[in-house]
Amino acid sequence: MKKLVSPLVLLGPALTWLGIFLVLPLALIFVYSFFQRGAFGQIVPQFTLGNYMRLFNPTVLKVFLNSLRIASLVTVLALLLGYPTAYFITQQSARWKNTLLVLVILPFWTSYLIRTYAWIVLLNREGVLSRLLISLGLSREPISFLYNDTAIFIGLLYGYLPFMVLPLYSSIERLNPELREASFDLGATPLKTFLQVTLPLTLRGVVTGAIFVFVPSLGNFFVPELLGGGQRFMIGNMINNQFLKARDWPYGSAMAFGVMAIVLILLLFQAWITRRTEQS
Amino acid sequence: MNAPKLLVSLFLLFALALSACGGSSSQPTAPSPVGSTETQSPPSAAQTTTKGKIVISNWDAYMPADLLEKFTAETGIQVELALHATNEEIVGKLVASKGKGFDVVFMTGQFADAMAKMGLLSEIDYTKLPNSTNLFDEVKRIPFTKYAVPYTWGTTGLCYRSDLVNYEPDSWYDLLKPKAELVGKITMLSTDRWLLLPAQKALGFSANTTDEAEMQQVKELLIEAKKTLLAYDDTTFYSKLVSGEALLVEAWDGWCNYGIAENPDIRFVIPKEGSDLWVDAMVIPEPSENKEAAYAFIDYVLRPEIGTWVAENILYKVPNRAVMGQLSADLLNSFENLTIPPQELLKQEALQDVGEAQSLYSSVVAEVLASGQ
Repeated sequence: MKKLVSPLVLLGPALTWLGIFLVLPLALIFVYSFFQRGAFGQIVPQFTLGNYMRLFNPTVLKVFLNSLRIASLVTVLALLLGYPTAYFITQQSARWKNTLLVLVILPFWTSYLIRTYAWIVLLNREGVLSRLLISLGLSREPISFLYNDTAIFIGLLYGYLPFMVLPLYSSIERLNPELREASFDLGATPLKTFLQVTLPLTLRGVVTGAIFVFVPSLGNFFVPELLGGGQRFMIGNMINNQFLKARDWPYGSAMAFGVMAIVLILLLFQAWITRRTEQS
Repeated sequence: MNAPKLLVSLFLLFALALSACGGSSSQPTAPSPVGSTETQSPPSAAQTTTKGKIVISNWDAYMPADLLEKFTAETGIQVELALHATNEEIVGKLVASKGKGFDVVFMTGQFADAMAKMGLLSEIDYTKLPNSTNLFDEVKRIPFTKYAVPYTWGTTGLCYRSDLVNYEPDSWYDLLKPKAELVGKITMLSTDRWLLLPAQKALGFSANTTDEAEMQQVKELLIEAKKTLLAYDDTTFYSKLVSGEALLVEAWDGWCNYGIAENPDIRFVIPKEGSDLWVDAMVIPEPSENKEAAYAFIDYVLRPEIGTWVAENILYKVPNRAVMGQLSADLLNSFENLTIPPQELLKQEALQDVGEAQSLYSSVVAEVLASGQ
């Protein structure tokens, strides 16, 4: 009896929370995705696969592929920036480590949305960066850095980089330094040591970080809207539009499940990598 | 566990929670009922039972802050205020509850139109609204006013920097096929109906067209127009004008005034091809159990002093004769579009719900927004 009670007490609150605020809404959306939109935006409980069929229209596929491309590129950039950063932090004394980690987390004390507006102030034609370039004589004309793909990359990369650094930090930190020393002792070059010892052993952190960056980048809708000037349409914008503008909840639900299918495949991939590295 | 490790694990917990909900923070969500609901304390218990209580929903700060307090003091009717950020949000709530839970709701005309067609609104009996005689006669010509009492109205047009644009724009084509000097300095509204409006009107179609061939032409024109845009923007277009980032934008008249307030060189013009007529209105959901009190509230809002507050503070036109006749010359000089007369507004086309054609509209919007990537 006692054995049964304690897990219930420990997990009960969290499970209830997840049940009510995650599982239930997801189940609702899943059910909606098979319903139809009424003429005035109601949800008509009549079974249809039409919403899922409509996902295969060329515009939706284009938006899907484009979002995948943007999210992948952001993930790769985050990895290239994040790995050296995380590695550097692990090499510092305990006191510095703490400080640096707090600095990585610090931006989260302000809403991402507000920080995105701050980027508009920095990057617009009359903005800080443009004026700085003019006053340094590097440019004569005001330049806008906004409303293009680069602005979206900057916004997403900036927002999600900490999600890459932290899992990498924890997996590099856990690496036994003696393994690297052994590799050097046996005559391996630094590059070879990195590629054959450090990287494979921290692969879990890489995959975890990549997923933490990729998934929210894929679903983000306010960065493309604010920094991309609404001209770059990502899957998050499309879902947002279905729910809030077109009032076509069933179609929006089907799109959300399309994204979720992609995410699920990625999580399975992550689980597989984790199991493989643990076995070896 | 040492401190850095603890930090990391704590953070990762947050990260998981965050990645699960993506960018939800940006959504202008309805403030929680606890936070936003203001219950006015009743003057006395006896009054409460005789006069009852109503629940209204409005956009934040869209009426005088002391309105509810004064209304309750005068009538003894308690009012609970809920807020909504968008039409879609309140319509979603009302459709889900089949209209229950609210007695008076503020919403834009085409949404009221859809709600009425779903049978969720109670027809307005104007004889119960003595102050409705203040409304302009033109109001009756708008079909959905059978179910919705107009609160504010206006139109959509071109808002531009007269000091930096060296001619006078007067056509939707100034926006859609701009002169070279304006390329890349133009924004359009991104909410679907207003994203489509300039092309619909430029091509001489109805703003409520449901014809596929016409929408095909609208789409082609908008895809071309996208190439010369700076951005689609629903919320900060007037500050882009003020900063000079944009020189010509598609704007709601009232919002153009927010730019004019900061830079008097900004001008507003209704394009010669015509535009839309938007109306924000008050509706009474059919299931409301206290319709008498709801009428009392709407009648109170129709008083000239409320409309005057709206014109002076929100800078929107009010369909109220008693208000528009007595606005100060200063206000009218600064914000010229407040002087657009009702006859002129009525020449524009009232936006109506397009019913089944909404899926055609959203696929055109999606194709336009996804073009050129």
